[in-house]
Amino acid sequence: MTETLTHTAAPSLTDPRVLRGIELAWREADLLDRKEYEAWNALYAEDGHYVIPIDPDTTDFDNTLNMVYDDARMRGMRVTRMTEGYAIAAVDSATTARTVSRFLPVEVSDAEVVLRASQVLVAYKRGRHDLWAGDVEYRIRLGATAAEDLIVRKVVRLVDSEAAVPAAGFLL
Amino acid sequence: MTIEITASNVYDLAPADLVQDDRVAGRMYTDPEIFELEMTRIFEHTWIWVAHESELPNPGSFKSTYVGRQPVIVSRDRKGAIHTLVNRCRHRGASLCEKRTGEANGFTCPYHAWSYSLDGKLRGIPYPEGYEGVIDKSELSLKRLRTESYGGMVFATLDEDIEPLEEFLGDVKLWIDRFMKQGGGYPIKVLGTHQFTFGGNWKIQLENTTDGYHFPIVHRSWMASVDAETADMMSFMTDPEAVTHDLGNGHSVAQMVPEHSDLDADDGTEKLQDRFDELIADLRAANLSDSAIRKVVLAMHGTGFNLNLFPNVSMSAAFFRVLRPISVDRTVIEHVAIGPDGPDEVVGPVNRARLRVHEHFQGPFGFGTPDDAEGWDRVQRGAQGAPEMPILVNRGAAREKPSPEGWTTSHVTDETGMRAAYAQWKQMMSDD
Ligand code: FES
Ligand SMILES: [Fe+2]
Repeated sequence: MTETLTHTAAPSLTDPRVLRGIELAWREADLLDRKEYEAWNALYAEDGHYVIPIDPDTTDFDNTLNMVYDDARMRGMRVTRMTEGYAIAAVDSATTARTVSRFLPVEVSDAEVVLRASQVLVAYKRGRHDLWAGDVEYRIRLGATAAEDLIVRKVVRLVDSEAAVPAAGFLL
Repeated sequence: MTIEITASNVYDLAPADLVQDDRVAGRMYTDPEIFELEMTRIFEHTWIWVAHESELPNPGSFKSTYVGRQPVIVSRDRKGAIHTLVNRCRHRGASLCEKRTGEANGFTCPYHAWSYSLDGKLRGIPYPEGYEGVIDKSELSLKRLRTESYGGMVFATLDEDIEPLEEFLGDVKLWIDRFMKQGGGYPIKVLGTHQFTFGGNWKIQLENTTDGYHFPIVHRSWMASVDAETADMMSFMTDPEAVTHDLGNGHSVAQMVPEHSDLDADDGTEKLQDRFDELIADLRAANLSDSAIRKVVLAMHGTGFNLNLFPNVSMSAAFFRVLRPISVDRTVIEHVAIGPDGPDEVVGPVNRARLRVHEHFQGPFGFGTPDDAEGWDRVQRGAQGAPEMPILVNRGAAREKPSPEGWTTSHVTDETGMRAAYAQWKQMMSDD
């Protein structure tokens, strides 16, 4: 019976492991809106990936062109870029407010939680509001305590990923 | 005679008078009427880049895009010929194709199902009885643009009377040949396209592709993030060999890394960059010879120049930069990633590495593009002020010299390429 307890076919939102995943997703969203990029990066596992693909269907990010396809090395450089003050787009970046919701647990085990959600982000800069909407998939590795939970993969699939989007000085 | 641009005459001058040898009026970025004129006088009367041949690999392949503001379909027919068709049904005007790329046998209008072949001929009309004695199908083909290619670059024009493409390109052809050598012995194919918008006039981007001057300033963030070898490669600010040539007809070439201008001219002394060690190991494992590996890896950053074609495409080091004017203060840019087309065990690792290099700089979240876009937004905002004050494109005007080939030449940080583009603009926008 432990089998069914640790790996439920249709996981519930009230499952404590799912709640931990949602909490982490919300913590990440808050850090990104506040542009606390160092703390944001610390939420990712060393082998974690942060991806914004162009092709709405692909999972082969290696062989396709993406907007973002960051491993730990690229993420580290991105944090430097966003914080060191050389990047004029980041220095004068839009103010963002994002809502992540419509969470759906896809896979739940004691080791990992996979969630699907939608994200709506409004970016305001110089009299203009840009809307960034899309689906987000989170793969979260559960640690011994909630504070040790880490993002192994986050994939942001924009509704307009194949169209022209504004050039951004913030992260999704 | 040059008319002095003042606050009281700037809105009365004819567009052509707004361009002088070394300066242009800020009104050229902000006046919607000038934009309307540009869309017809320039974008409907010259060769506009629409595709790379690799985007149409098979009979039936198509791509939808724009010539100026007109939506078009670029298609390859059963015999392999490439056509550019206005994306507009001959019945009551519906767009025929809303997919960016794909494969089709033809195009059927969603409204009343008139169907057209890949070369634009009207093939079928449902319930044709109502048209008996009314229309002749052979007169209702899709509007077809003249379409010509050079070196895999496909251009179209709405003007039946302008010179052939190759004549328009002139000395550019030599540089296109050089650009395509970055396949390292293989032909070039499109790997993917970034698209982004910025809140500024299209000419701000036209200038930027030949603006070596902004590079260490705007791209300091990117420079700080790359390895020392790459940063060193892009340190052209004080390199006297790094020059820009005016190639005529508004085209220019900016050689940032002149030692990579002709990738075949390799004397074997340049060290391959450490960052490609893993790629080199993969290529050895694929049994590629050392000399073939060297060819491919030396071309990883593309060729050492930006070849800027008036008015809408730049062949920019390792990618194509395509601009599409939307309105006087909005422009869409495409950054098209390219790489060699060959057997997967060779081009697979090469193109994966090229995709990562491209993502690092380009696109809406790259380490370069957003900073460029911020600079361009700021030009558009600033240019609202003091419309009589010129935009200066005079850098290096006193140190231009003809090259042995006869091209007006100056340092790559100079504004020679912008002056070339504006001279063409002035000619096309003049009333006579
Ligand atoms: S508008 Fe195309 S068939 Fe009627
Ligand atoms: Fe730039």
